[in-house]
Parts: sequence; C-alpha cells; structure tokens
Amino acid sequence: MVFRIVVLAKQVPDPEVPPSQFKVDESTNSVIPPNGVPPVVNGFDLNAVEAALRLRDSGLDIEITVLSVGSEFAMDAMKKPLAMGADRLVLVDDPLLSQIDSAATVKVLSAAIAKDGPFDLILGGRQASDWDQAHVIIGLAEVLGLPLVSLIQKLELDDDLVTLQRVIPDGYQVISARCPLVLTVTNELGEPRYPNLRGIMQASRKQAEIFTLEDVGLSDTDIIPKLEIKKLYIPESNREVQLIEGEDEADSGKKLALRLHEEKLI
Amino acid sequence: MTSVLLVGECDDSGSLGQPALQAITAANRLTDPEITVVIVGDLPPSVSSLPVGLVLGIPKVDESDIGIYEQATTDIFQIINRVHPDVVLFNKSDFGSLVAPRVAFRLGVVFASDCMEISNVDGSIVVTRPVFGGSALADFEVATTQSVITLRPGSFSASTETGNPSVEEFISDVTVDQRASVLDTIEESREGVRLEDANVIVSGGRGLGGPEPFSVLHDLANVLEGAVGASRAACDAGWIDHAYQVGLTGKSVTPDLYIAVGISGASQHMAGCSSSRAIVAINKDADSNIFKEARYGVVGDWEKVLPAFLSAVRDIKS
Repeated sequence: MVFRIVVLAKQVPDPEVPPSQFKVDESTNSVIPPNGVPPVVNGFDLNAVEAALRLRDSGLDIEITVLSVGSEFAMDAMKKPLAMGADRLVLVDDPLLSQIDSAATVKVLSAAIAKDGPFDLILGGRQASDWDQAHVIIGLAEVLGLPLVSLIQKLELDDDLVTLQRVIPDGYQVISARCPLVLTVTNELGEPRYPNLRGIMQASRKQAEIFTLEDVGLSDTDIIPKLEIKKLYIPESNREVQLIEGEDEADSGKKLALRLHEEKLI
Repeated sequence: MTSVLLVGECDDSGSLGQPALQAITAANRLTDPEITVVIVGDLPPSVSSLPVGLVLGIPKVDESDIGIYEQATTDIFQIINRVHPDVVLFNKSDFGSLVAPRVAFRLGVVFASDCMEISNVDGSIVVTRPVFGGSALADFEVATTQSVITLRPGSFSASTETGNPSVEEFISDVTVDQRASVLDTIEESREGVRLEDANVIVSGGRGLGGPEPFSVLHDLANVLEGAVGASRAACDAGWIDHAYQVGLTGKSVTPDLYIAVGISGASQHMAGCSSSRAIVAINKDADSNIFKEARYGVVGDWEKVLPAFLSAVRDIKS
C-alpha cells in the first residue's frame, strides 16, 4: 500500500529582501510587497518537502501531497515543491482566508486533511518566515490527536516505525515513533534540492487541486481571529555607528581594539 | 487582579534559570498580578524566597519525555484547570516552544510566541513580538479570556525581589501513554564558554568565505574568554556546526560585546543578538545592514583587520 505524506507549505514574502526594501503599510498592518520580488514558499517548508523526497529516494512507495491554505496564491511559487518532485498540490484557496490567525489556520488544515486524508505522515517547516509563530503544525497535531516530534534533521522509515534525529541546543536526540505522526523539519536537514528540467516540465503540466472554505465544511464564523494585530511597524534604530578608520585596514583593526579597551568593553 | 501561571525551568546546575526570573518581571507588568510558579523537575532551594504567591513543583520527570514533553503538557494542562489563570507564561526555550502551543490548543485559547512586551490595555492583554524575521514588530491583542504566551529570553530584566510563597508538590494522577520515545541523546561536546552565558561573542558569517577563518575567531574568543558564534548562512554552508548559530532560529544571546565578522546583519540574525550591550562590525561592505545595528565598526577586509585586532587585543590582555 502506498505510504501517504502530506507536507504543509505556506506562501510568504521573499525573506531575502534586504531590510532596506522591507516596508509595511501601518494603515492596514500589512507588508508592502517590494516591487518585482514575487512571494516564495517558506524555506523551512521546502526543507520538509526535501525530507519527504529523501524518504521516497530510499526506494519506498510514497505519495507526496503538498497542502496550503490562503488566498491569492502565486502559482509559480506554489508549484516549486511539484517541480522538486512532489506528486500533488492541494490548495484551500478562498478570499475569506486572507487574514486569518493561526488557530483558524489549524482548523482549515485539519478540515482539509480530514477531506483529503488519511495520511501516514504530516510534515512541515519548523516555522514560517513571515509571522514566525512556529506553532500551527504543533496545534494541528494537538487538534488531530497525533504525536508530534519537532526540529527533525534526519528521518528513516521502516514500515510504520520512524527513527528521527531531533535537534537540541548542543546536539541531537534519537527518537522513535510510529505513524501516523506529525513532524516539524529544520534547516539542519540540508538544502532543498533544485528542481531539474524534467521536474519543472512535469510541474507545469500538473494542476493544483483547489478547495474553497465551504468545500472543506467550514464557514466564515469558524475563522474569526482571536489574536488580532493592532499595529505593525518597523523598529527605529537610533544607533549611530562610529566607524573606526586607521591608516590602513590593519591599523583600523588595532585602533578598534584600543577604542574598545577605552570603552571598557575589553 | 490578573492571575498568572508562570512555568519556570531550572538550568543545568539545578538552580532556577534567569529566564524564569525574567518572566516574573514580565508578569509584574500586568495589572495586580497574582503569580503561581510551576517548576518541572526538582525544586531548587531558592524557590522558597521567590516574590510570588505559590510555587508548584512537578517532581517526577521521565527522561524519555524530555524533548517530546507529552507528560509535561498533560501535567501543566491539569494545573491550569486547577489554578484557572488568566495568562500562562512560558519562556521560549526548547520546552516552552513545544509545550506552550500544545497547552494552548488543548485549552482552545490564544497562543502568542516570542513576546518582548506584555501589558494590560483596557482589560485585554497586548503583546509585542518580532515578525518577518525580526524586520518588523507587531502588537497583538488577545481576544480570549485566557491566553498562553512564550517570552523572548533577555527581553525583561531578572526579578531581584524576594517573597515568601507557599511551596507545594503537584502529583499528576494521569500517566500519558508515550507515543514517541527518546532512545538516545547525543551531546556534542563543546569547549569553552556556552554562547548563552558568554560576555563576549565573536561571530562569523558568509563573508568569511569558508570554514578555516573560524580558527582565527576561536583564537580571538579564547583571548577574550568568550565564545564563537555564527550566522545561519555560515552554518548552512557547513563551515561550522549549527550549535553555534545565533539568530531567530538559532540561539538568542545577550553578551556585553558582540563582534560580527563578515556578517551582513540580516534581520533574522539580528533577532538573536540585538540585545547585546555593544555590537562591533567588521565588514568590507559599508552599505551592509550590520552597520545600522552596530555601535562601532570597521569597513574593511576581515583578513587584514582581524589579525591586527587580535594582536592588539593580546597586547591589551597581557
């Protein structure tokens, strides 16, 4: 029987935009997308896609579904996991989902998983690079009543037994668990693969399977935010850097040391 | 009155960690707080003088639960249902990052992570947290009567007040069926000072160009009795182990002196080190963001600046 993995993926503003180009609209509490920089799939979620692909590379019969909820999807970005090798892309795409909080996101994800599942393994990135809350997938595990192991850097599958390496501050833990199971994946797993030409061609032929909020059995009253954003702003930096300049770069280094000593920092 | 349940952790030496004392300061930002501290693990003697009303200890900790925390989640869930706090505070540690959201979703209440500020505004709780990799801050208002919050380490000063709390043991009457178990813990032995405890950190980034230069950083850190750190770019490139990573997804550090060498100063890195007392930048790109965050800087090639800096520091120290 085919082993079914669902990878949760989120569309985010490109985090590589330099801080000087990062702007917010304080009247709507939203980020102003920088000109010409399209959104991307959250980097940690691509690590999770990579984790699923590595399991399949090991010769197992695995189907990989990528699931996302939101609105105004940039299809070029969202198809990247397909180009990397994932089999299906399922989107819950509804204008009602444009500004939902994480509790509502968990509700929609669990409804979509109930409709499209069951899955043996639910994977996602350790956190998203936009709101950085790092808990949607943890909440999802709680709501689905499934065990959860976070911060995975390596995983091996033997039937329904999963052996995991979980990153801790100064090393890692080896953890064993049985499917169905929820895992969050961290960048220590390694870089997501680049799509090859064949992958890109296949992805371009595939269509996303799209559900509305109603399709997954929910309505607008189910997704009222309970954590409301009041103000989004860029912190002011009043710090004026004091540049230390010497006769040459080596002299600058020496003068820096003397200055830090004067200031009792060393 | 605001009833606050604060989940505190002990450090490796078994004493109550600084983050727990910082969380007491955070709790005191709320209106008329009545604080209960829960401690997972053996109670350190210092708890008997904490400036709080009640200390509850959860004495038995199953080693195989550490890292998964299913039993801990259930124990704290039970305590919440006994104490009925308005706010539950955790520190954003390995433990808090996992247990706090689980507890929140089990209770069906709002969760906010990594908060730097907390206050009561017109009867609601308002928190401030970094978003978009630290590029922006956001204020959120909690719309439920109960909430679970994790606090960013170093955002509040540690409480120095004392008190005379009641101290009780909490004995759980629910034993969780462990669905995942820890088979082994591999500690990568690290020499010298821990990043989190270091007064001086010498950190390297993409601009170093490879793994070898980190040996110069180690030399400098040794002379300054500090620790070596790194940006995510340097760790992801495999130049240094991820255990050295400073930033939003690495360690949050608060040294007196943070020397950033070849680090551009991306927001997600600064999120881990911006609470340093002084940041010093050495970078050849005068336009890089690190110079907007640093107090002192040298624009130049680290290969020329750093050896001269190291030798001058050696002279000062000898």
